[in-house]
Parts: sequence; C-alpha cells; structure tokens
Amino acid sequence: MAMQVTRRSALGIAATGAMLLGFAGAASADDVWSDLRRDVFDNREVVEDGLVELDAPYRAEDAAVVPVTMRLPAAAGEVKTLTLIVDKNPAPVVATFHLGEAAGKGDRMLSTRVRIDMYSNVRAIAETADGKLHMATKFVKASGGCSAAASKDADEALASLGKMQIRTFDAADAKDRTPPTREAQVMIRHPNFTGMQMDQVSRQYTPMRIVSEMDVKRDGERVFKMEGGISISENPNFRFTFVPGKENVIDVTAKDTEGKVFTATSAGKGA
Amino acid sequence: MDLRSMLRSKNREVFPNVTSLLVGAILLAAGITLAVPARAVDALAVEEVAPGVFVHQGRYEVFNPQNAGDTSNSGFIIGNDGVAVVDTGGSAKVGAALLAAIRARTQLPIKYVINTHMHPDHVFGNAAFLGEKPTFVGHAKLPRALAARRDRYLAINEELLGDSFAGTQIVGPTLLVNGELELDLGDRKLQLEAEPTAHTDNDLTVLDEKTGTLFLGDLLFSHHIPALDGSIRGWLALLDKLGERQDVKLAVPGHGPAAMPWPQAMADEKRYLSKIADEVRTMIKQGKTLSEAAETAGLSEKDAWLLFKEYNARNVSAAFAELEWE
Repeated sequence: MAMQVTRRSALGIAATGAMLLGFAGAASADDVWSDLRRDVFDNREVVEDGLVELDAPYRAEDAAVVPVTMRLPAAAGEVKTLTLIVDKNPAPVVATFHLGEAAGKGDRMLSTRVRIDMYSNVRAIAETADGKLHMATKFVKASGGCSAAASKDADEALASLGKMQIRTFDAADAKDRTPPTREAQVMIRHPNFTGMQMDQVSRQYTPMRIVSEMDVKRDGERVFKMEGGISISENPNFRFTFVPGKENVIDVTAKDTEGKVFTATSAGKGA
Repeated sequence: MDLRSMLRSKNREVFPNVTSLLVGAILLAAGITLAVPARAVDALAVEEVAPGVFVHQGRYEVFNPQNAGDTSNSGFIIGNDGVAVVDTGGSAKVGAALLAAIRARTQLPIKYVINTHMHPDHVFGNAAFLGEKPTFVGHAKLPRALAARRDRYLAINEELLGDSFAGTQIVGPTLLVNGELELDLGDRKLQLEAEPTAHTDNDLTVLDEKTGTLFLGDLLFSHHIPALDGSIRGWLALLDKLGERQDVKLAVPGHGPAAMPWPQAMADEKRYLSKIADEVRTMIKQGKTLSEAAETAGLSEKDAWLLFKEYNARNVSAAFAELEWE
C-alpha cells in the first residue's frame, strides 16, 4: 500500500499539514517543477511537445474558481491519464484523470474549475499508451484560492451537499472533432473544504473534506475515473467529451473523504 | 492615536499631512504630551442629506495607497442622546476621519457603529471607533463571514493600501440582528433589517424613521458597477421587495451619490443584474461554458458603469456558478 500513501499525500492529505506549517523548506520557485517531476512522475522525462493543450485564463477572475480546459487531438492516440498540476498550490496535484474506453481516441476535451493559491504555472500532463509524458503549461495570475472563504452562502452550501446534476449536449464544435463526440457536464454540490479555511465557531480550520474519487461512465463504459485533491473548486464541476454510445446515459459515482458516496444518472439519450 | 505612538512609528506614513507633523514636532519641542486633538485628522467631507443624517461619499475607485480605502459611502445619524454610525470606510485612517467629521458636529456619545455587510471598504474603519466604546451592530451572519475571511482580507488590504493601512484591524459586531431590530438614539428610532442573501449573505439595511432615509449598504450601487458576492437571484428578489416599502423617501447607496430618490435609485442596478441573469441563463441553456460567459455576458452595459472592467467578468462568473444549478 506504499503506493496508495504516496498518492494520497500528493493529493493533499499530508500536504495540507505542510502548508499549515508555512510550507517550510519549500524549494525556490524554479525548483518546484523539478521536485514535482520527481515526486509525481518518478523523475521520468516530460516533454512539452504540443500534444496536449491547456486553456487557462492569464488572470483569474476568482482564484477559488479558475476554469481550466485540457484538450487532446486525435493524433495523441490512446491516452492513459491526464494529470492537472498547480505548481505553487499547497497540494500541487489537482487531480489525475484515468481515461477509459468511452473517452475515445479522437479529439478529447476535459474541463474543470480549480483553486489557485498564488501566481503559478498550471500544467496538464498526458501519459500516452507508450508510457511517454507530454505536458502543456500556462501561467495564471491568481492568489488565495485555497484559503478563500468556503461559500458565498454558507448555509445554502451545507443544505444542498451531495446534490448532483448531469447534462449532456452536443458541443458547438462537435462536428469539427474527429470522430464526432458528445459533451457532458457533471456537477456535485460539495464544499470541498481544503483544510485551510477558518471556521468561525471553533476558530479552527475546517477539516479537509473533499470529493476524492469520481467514476464517470457512459452506458456502463468508463469515460474517466478521477482522483481529486483539495485544489478542485467548491461544487466540483467537470465538462468533458465522450464517444457516443447507444443510449448515452451518463452515470456517476463519487466518493468524498468522509466515505460518503454520491451517485447520479443522466436522463439518457442526451440531447 | 497619541503623539507618542505616532512618533514611534516614524517609518510609516501615519501622519495625515505635513501640517500635523509640524504641529506634533512643535508640541514635542515644547515638552507637551497630550492626545492628538481631533483636528489633527482631516475630517471627511460629509453632506447632510436629511435633517440630522450625514453621508460621506466615497470615491469610485478600488483600494490604493492614495485613497486609503475611502472608496465607499459611510454616514451617521444624530439623535437627542447619541449618534449611530453606518459603515466606517476601508481603513482605520478613513474611520478616524469619519470620527473627526462627527466630532465637528456633535459631542454626543457614539452609541452604535452599524456595519451593512462584511466587505473591507465598509468595516475596516471600525477600529477608529473603539475608543468611543460604541456597540458594534451587524447581521447575525456577519461574524461568521468576517471570521472566514479575516486573514485574507487583512493580508490583501494591507498590500493594496500600503502605509495607509496602519492601525486597521477587524472589529466584529457584538449586537447581532436576526430579522429586525429597533435602536433608539433619543427621539429618533432606527429600524434595522437583516436581509436574505443578496449582495452578500450578511446584508443589513438601516432606516431612519424620522426622515425616511434608508441606508442600503451595497444592496444599492449607482455609477459604480454592482459587485456580486452573494446571490443574483436573491438580490433581484430583494430589490423587488424593497421597492414595495412605503416608509422610504431617500436612499443612501453603498457606492454612489450621498443620497438618491427612492425607488428610482434602484433602476440602473436592476437593469444590470437582470441583464446579467438573462444572458447567463441563455448561455447555460445553449451549453456555453463559464469562461465563454465571462468574456461576453453583460458587455452591453460597459459604458453605463464605472469600474466595469474590474467587476463585470467576476459578476458573470458568480452568476453562472449560481444559475447553472437552476
């Protein structure tokens, strides 16, 4: 289970403690990526060859909700995982997405919203079937995303925890993709507490509680399975392409760090 | 601030102006130690918008060292027995200048300092009033909101204000309003109402019964683009409800002129918020993304507001994240 422990710490459970100690001993800015490459990818070679694309705003409107989109062209062929990293976050690995059969091998897109704690490089790393790592990097100006107050309406947020919404639709540019794909959006009402947000009553930090796993399937075939950390925004939100199937029913099983399981199924035969 | 502490912090620009520096030096040379008289602080300009009701109009700017956080409206109401302050500006320095404006008009005790909501430009001046020992009043959800944002608000605002941040601290309410509360200033009653989530989740309105003057805090913006940090649906619904009130004659916005006619004062803000809500709803229906909405929604309002660039995309993002759950 050593593997499991490493992964958990990269995703923020142990790393949150490091942050509370002021991120003591952190490497200087330029070293962050080489440390991450060592810790997350065992020092394997990572090339920036344009194979994976990353969209992120240069300046974030809200550091706690920064939209990022990863794109893979058909030329990438089979991709095993997409890993999203924010170098300077207390827990840099935002999430790892294990792509499944229903993600297809054509033009693919996966988009989510993340927290960014300070001006940082954001990276998308794709591992192709041949085991090679391909990266795209964007610099984003944002700060305070991890400690930002949990919610605009704290009571509403707790009252609706676990509520899910799934939409499927034809993307505007679907016809330009090879082969044509469909798009879906999965939303979960969840505070995704980072462990770095202050609770008023106790004057303590609200304990970390995040959606740590999410499995998304189309007609029973996996689109992706996500392992997520504290850098996914409150009310986790994912938008992604999938290869059309017979019914196009999307079903989602998510689990949070308190062991709570959330499930939902789309209406099916999506628009 | 007394003279000694002013001199101790000589590396910081705590002196309001060169004149007071000279006065301080002269007093020191004469071996006189005494509290700095209120006149050493330049009083904020205020306007008497109704008998006994005074409002300072903040600048249409974001925080910077030059404005010292004087970017929002604040005011005070003078009764027979005491004074109530409504919002205190964005730094202890602005709060002290507001206090000087009050003391130029009355020596009655300051009984209440009321905050209309959690934002730094409305509460960071509270510290300047601590010496007056007022009761600090706020929405029942204000303490939680301030606690959750405390460190972040302090850090960001110190960075934005530089030396003019000196002395600023967060002073939360001790008297909480759940529903409604009446305060008496001596032959002058104030009606406080804790509102449901709108601009924020801790908006409080203050009505001076005598003159029908309603302090709306940031439930009302004029000229300065509205900033959404609560619920766009809640805000629009609340504006409709407030518009039905018969006891209001005059409105004091959180950002805008010192006073405005009611209910016409709300028209521009309503138009802006409705437009954002409509456009965002349409884009959600069309399957557009948050990023796409942030780039295009509300652009037709560009010339109608000051600070549009600073707030519009953020407002749209917040509206999108709320409305996509409808």
